[in-house]
Amino acid sequence: MPAHPKLATEFVKNKERAHWHDQSLWFVRSKRDAASGQIPEWELLREQASKIKSYTVSHLPDLLEEFEKNANAKGVHVHWARDAKEHNEIVHGILKQHNVTKVVKSKSMLTEECHLNPYLERQGIEIIDTDLGERIVQLQNKPPSHLVMPAIHIKKEEIGELFHEKLGTEKGATDPQYLTEAARQHLRQKFIGAEAGITGVNFAIAETGGFVVCTNEGNADLGTSLNKLHIACMGIEKLIPRANDLSVFLRLLARSATGQPITTYSSHFHGPAPGAEMHVVLLDNGRSEIAGSDKFRRSLNCIRCAACMNTCPVYRRSGGYSYNNTVPGPIGSILGPAKDAKEHSSLPFACSLCGSCTDVCPVKIDLHHQLLTWRKEIRVRGLLPFSKRLSMKMMGWMMQAPRLYRFAGKCARAIVPRLPRFLLYNRFNAWGKQRELPDFPKQSFREWMKKNHDNK
Amino acid sequence: MAPKVGLFIPCYIDQLYPQVGIATLKTLEHFGCDVEYPESQTCCGQPMANTGCTNEVGPLARRFLEIFKSYDAVVCPSGSCVSMVKHHYDEYFTDNPEYEALKAKTFEFCEYLTNELGIDKLAGRFPHKVGLHQSCHGLRELRLASSSELRIEPFGPARALLESIDGVEVTTLKRPDECCGFGGTFAVAEEAVSCMMGEDRVSDHEQAGTEVLTALDMSCLMHMSGIIRRQQKPIRVMHISEIFAECL
Repeated sequence: MPAHPKLATEFVKNKERAHWHDQSLWFVRSKRDAASGQIPEWELLREQASKIKSYTVSHLPDLLEEFEKNANAKGVHVHWARDAKEHNEIVHGILKQHNVTKVVKSKSMLTEECHLNPYLERQGIEIIDTDLGERIVQLQNKPPSHLVMPAIHIKKEEIGELFHEKLGTEKGATDPQYLTEAARQHLRQKFIGAEAGITGVNFAIAETGGFVVCTNEGNADLGTSLNKLHIACMGIEKLIPRANDLSVFLRLLARSATGQPITTYSSHFHGPAPGAEMHVVLLDNGRSEIAGSDKFRRSLNCIRCAACMNTCPVYRRSGGYSYNNTVPGPIGSILGPAKDAKEHSSLPFACSLCGSCTDVCPVKIDLHHQLLTWRKEIRVRGLLPFSKRLSMKMMGWMMQAPRLYRFAGKCARAIVPRLPRFLLYNRFNAWGKQRELPDFPKQSFREWMKKNHDNK
Repeated sequence: MAPKVGLFIPCYIDQLYPQVGIATLKTLEHFGCDVEYPESQTCCGQPMANTGCTNEVGPLARRFLEIFKSYDAVVCPSGSCVSMVKHHYDEYFTDNPEYEALKAKTFEFCEYLTNELGIDKLAGRFPHKVGLHQSCHGLRELRLASSSELRIEPFGPARALLESIDGVEVTTLKRPDECCGFGGTFAVAEEAVSCMMGEDRVSDHEQAGTEVLTALDMSCLMHMSGIIRRQQKPIRVMHISEIFAECL
């Protein structure tokens, strides 16, 4: 699998597109700044959210049992899945039991993580993503490139082209309103024809056994109320202890994600409607292991608002696909290696350690520190490329020997300025591709000190 | 008595930007510090640490402590190297009171001037539009100014010091504190993204009318200056200590 730098280089090659991507996401970050600025207690809210989530993650087994008990009491069927395979089989089992062949799904990154769509399609079940952005990438046969705005990387001209081909819209149409209306009509048919609805879960409440799904398009409501079967798929970390905690997160989520005060729909599900069935599938898939790790536990605080992506200068310029992971960006660069360190060993390095993600995170995950910790892990597990290991080892030796360091510096300052350009600027010097090297001075600071200061 | 300051000059400043070290020294001496530059210092180990090679950092961290522990204060014209010493050395020292003391007395240059020496105004004249690049480690690790993500009372003593100089106009950026893309080994390992970030920072400054681009970290400036010179943009690059020293 190509590493991040290679995929990022590909993305950046199209400068105009990379700029457009960067600016679209910066616009969202700016909206987030404005929205959070209207809440005087913003930092206090973050602190509270962080505490609630940290408590949850450290009491996960008890709270999950509490959730199960209370959900059962409300007539909700609760299932436990150890990994993606089990998850998919459980979902398929429920659908099969009800002879369902057509399913609508509201956006859920968890089902992306499990590759549920291709799995169900192989079982002969039609599964339609109903979030507009996600439907667009589904029609392209691609995964989302962003947690909240799955098609943020696609231009309206491309959507016009795609819809012309797949939905029969007019050729060359680019008007967002026209295209959205076409998608709406198309999705409406799918909603009406579906026999079951699958949703994700934003927050599940241990105290009540209910859960909340946040959408801007109302697709979760439509998808679950037009038929008699609702399957909600959630990662075990989506839990919060009490109903009272919910307001903290609902105030933070949409503001952090898109700069809205609240999502258009925050739908609360507390048991099935009369005659209907409701299932919740709880997925672990490596989460317990993260919960047990002192270094990375806090990454489970994540509420998937994607603020870290919108602010990340690397994500904005390299696009979601450059991460090659279900969850991209800073949080994805922590969760990815936790799943498979070898496969995702380049992700913790796809970061300039600027720390903006940490400051923007509504649940105060120390993202850039965890990325740094992952770098150490990558080194310890022997997954760091040889060239990096060697150069750092050599640098370490040199820096422990002041004389060697001084000598090397002196040589470089004597030699480099005399070298012809082609020896300095070639494919071996990544620095020099788009940047000049500094002008090497005649003497080092140390030499200047000796001459001008110490002998005064 | 004048505080005895151990001057901590990062390796790349020592080798490539001696004028920054000289300006830092001059400014500190101007304000009455008794400055000494310990000969045997080399590098704080940040490049290795940021690559995950912690084994290579341990000996350097212990060396650093030995070299600097006897001073009243350790002052360095680079936020990121200071942050390395203060925030990332812990794993090499267990219950070491000398290290705890070192942490408390290690300062970034501007921070030392404002917080420790209590300087809030600089004399002299520097009639230029100055663009201040807020280096990330100084900003978000050392909290030397308020970052744009946090909803807190804005502060920024370095900016205030700059603005106190007669003739200085600090330019206003569209993205006040976005990363320039240097990031140590990131600048090479992720060359494409790094350079695009640098280019974007430079053009934000260009559009804001920056004549002199400055920062508390020379590393960010090395990266941006590399881009400025390659693209032959009319922006001068100076470390903040150089501006201060010129105004003495």
